[in-house]
Amino acid sequence: MRIVIGQGSCGIAAGAEKVRKALQNAGITADISVTGCIGMCWLEPIVDIYDDENKLTRLVKVSENDAEAIASFVDSGDISSVEKLVVSDEDSEFLSKQTRIALRNCGIINPEKIDAYIEADGYTALKKALSMTPEEVIDVIKTSGLAGRGGAGFPTWFKWNAARQSAGEEKYLICNADEGDPGAFMDRAVIESDPHNLIEGMLIGAYAIGAKHAVVYVRAEYPLAIKRLKNAIAQAEDKGIIGENIFGSGFSCDFTIKAGAGAFVCGEETALIESLEGHRGMPRLKPPFPAQSGFWRKPSNINNVETFANVAWIINNGGEAFAAMGTEGSKGTKVFAVTGKVKRSGLVEIPMGKTLRDVIFDIGGGMKTDKPFKAVQMGGPSGGCIPASLIDTVIDYKALGATGAIMGSGGMVVMDESTCMVGMAKFFLDFTAKESCGKCIHCRIGTKRMLEMLERITNGEGKEGDIELLEELCYSIKDGALCGLGQTAPNPVLTTIKYFRDEYEAHIKDKKCPAGECSALIEYKIITEKCVGCTRCAKNCPVNAISGTVKLPHVIDTDKCIKCGKCFQNCKFGAIVKE
Amino acid sequence: MEKSKVDLSLLDGVLDEYAEVKGSLITILQHTQDIYGYLPKEAIELISERTGIATSEIMGVGTFYTQFRFEPVGKYLIMLCQGTACHVNSSELILQTIKDELDIEDGQTTEDGLFSLKCVACLGCCSLSPVMMINEDTYGSLTPDKTKKILKELREAAQ
Repeated sequence: MRIVIGQGSCGIAAGAEKVRKALQNAGITADISVTGCIGMCWLEPIVDIYDDENKLTRLVKVSENDAEAIASFVDSGDISSVEKLVVSDEDSEFLSKQTRIALRNCGIINPEKIDAYIEADGYTALKKALSMTPEEVIDVIKTSGLAGRGGAGFPTWFKWNAARQSAGEEKYLICNADEGDPGAFMDRAVIESDPHNLIEGMLIGAYAIGAKHAVVYVRAEYPLAIKRLKNAIAQAEDKGIIGENIFGSGFSCDFTIKAGAGAFVCGEETALIESLEGHRGMPRLKPPFPAQSGFWRKPSNINNVETFANVAWIINNGGEAFAAMGTEGSKGTKVFAVTGKVKRSGLVEIPMGKTLRDVIFDIGGGMKTDKPFKAVQMGGPSGGCIPASLIDTVIDYKALGATGAIMGSGGMVVMDESTCMVGMAKFFLDFTAKESCGKCIHCRIGTKRMLEMLERITNGEGKEGDIELLEELCYSIKDGALCGLGQTAPNPVLTTIKYFRDEYEAHIKDKKCPAGECSALIEYKIITEKCVGCTRCAKNCPVNAISGTVKLPHVIDTDKCIKCGKCFQNCKFGAIVKE
Repeated sequence: MEKSKVDLSLLDGVLDEYAEVKGSLITILQHTQDIYGYLPKEAIELISERTGIATSEIMGVGTFYTQFRFEPVGKYLIMLCQGTACHVNSSELILQTIKDELDIEDGQTTEDGLFSLKCVACLGCCSLSPVMMINEDTYGSLTPDKTKKILKELREAAQ
């Protein structure tokens, strides 16, 4: 028997490391090893037990207190001691309904051992690619239809070809691992769980464009990803997979890691290059494009982590196999980070062409609250909110773009009726206004003005004509901004106005927040029939706005109330309501 | 902080390794912050001297990125995630709880020097939202009560 513990960042945060230590101390003789992110994040910590025939028993939501029960199962093979921890058939479908290519090794192999990757056919694609010409490699990628998974969806072969055709001996291949979209974490999961897959994809890319230097720009907020990637690079160097004359092919390539320092705009490729050079991450004017003049003004190619994670599979299985999945305009699979008010939150990789319903309801299990599904936010601050009425939208660059949202990097934040859509737009504008680099006026001042208007509206100070003014501002920012951050910053506002105009109107005209989220527009009330007079609310009220006698219904003085919501959170009888 | 408390010799190794390597300013600043917990003025002056980059430019870079701080932080640095999933799962309540418990605002440190609070961009643990990191540890699925308990335990551990 062998035991494998899921230890991605999420797993560790949920207590996986404590579980591992407890299992080691429980005197288990079976081999205990780690793996990365299995993707079933809502069930962490997860312990996988393989018997001698490699049959898997998956235990979920394990705590350190379960160590003895697990030890007894490992010793005796009698499952009764751990029966309550075994994953349900329903939850198992979360994985069985997926098609995993970029994530194929995640949560299965040990990310800290290169041999584990090699056993899973690792680096065979690199060998194969090195026996082809760079043009042939680019051709396979062209056949596959692989498009950039970072957001824009630009054809990967086209970028590779442009960098290949660029004159100059010194070229750079750069991986954008500055996963900045709030709500997306697939790149972190790939690096933490299968770092060699990224390295292999990058080496193939470097060979294709003729680069001798590969650079990974990783978010500083991902310490575990940086640690595992460093370790993987060192192991690959030891085996001669990174360095001079790789596999005797005459191709050489070195690897460096640069940690980002926290700036969303560095997801934009020219801003990323500025940051790599040690400057403020402010976008450059294009053209020239990085393929002509990038890092240190040399031809450079930048792709995102998930894009590279598909490359080795495509080389091994052929471009046609990848292109066989998906739709006319969007090939292969896409990874989504499904979070928010969804029952099963985690990483979902499915072929393009499935619908949002497939992901959120069939795989994600629908809502975790008793409130109905309201919208899904896709593409982070550059994307938009897709309403429940469009739940059957097909996952395809064009179809998602038509809704006003974007595919983006794959964050899917599911919302129920308790989320205010004006508040959501404000949340994203607050983000982009802070993250705007300040170089161009439209973005710097435009996002600030939009934020101020949204703040007014959510504070109950909205005016007739605000919606139209917001829309006008949105279009001028879209037209005038220099880079992708500014050009897409209005999307959260435009989509919420498009699909939830009535909510904006309720805020402006009726001074009401239908979701009950904007504190300036709600009132807390005690339902006399439900109040038992426990005094808990009165004790927790910071401004003594609640009065009443013990065991008799209490009352809130709305003039004194500061709407902090403490009474609402503390009431155990559901006697306090927001109106 | 008094000038004498910043031991600049600690920077020697970092500067020997990176001062001459072009494009290393951010790396140098990251190492500096690892050493001191923030970017002391004296250190910035020394970096300028050794790299030939003007202090104004170093400040320009330092203030551009959210990672860098110019004031010392408390023993426990609370980084509260402001990502979308956390927002949807009521991270605002957690922020309010921390502010109430510690009586500090975002970016401030408690008088006893124990806790600093910083609201940060998405930490990427969205399935556990709302999430915060305190120093190297991540805490997920927070509720106001759970947050209070964590702060209480840390305060007790420090005594």
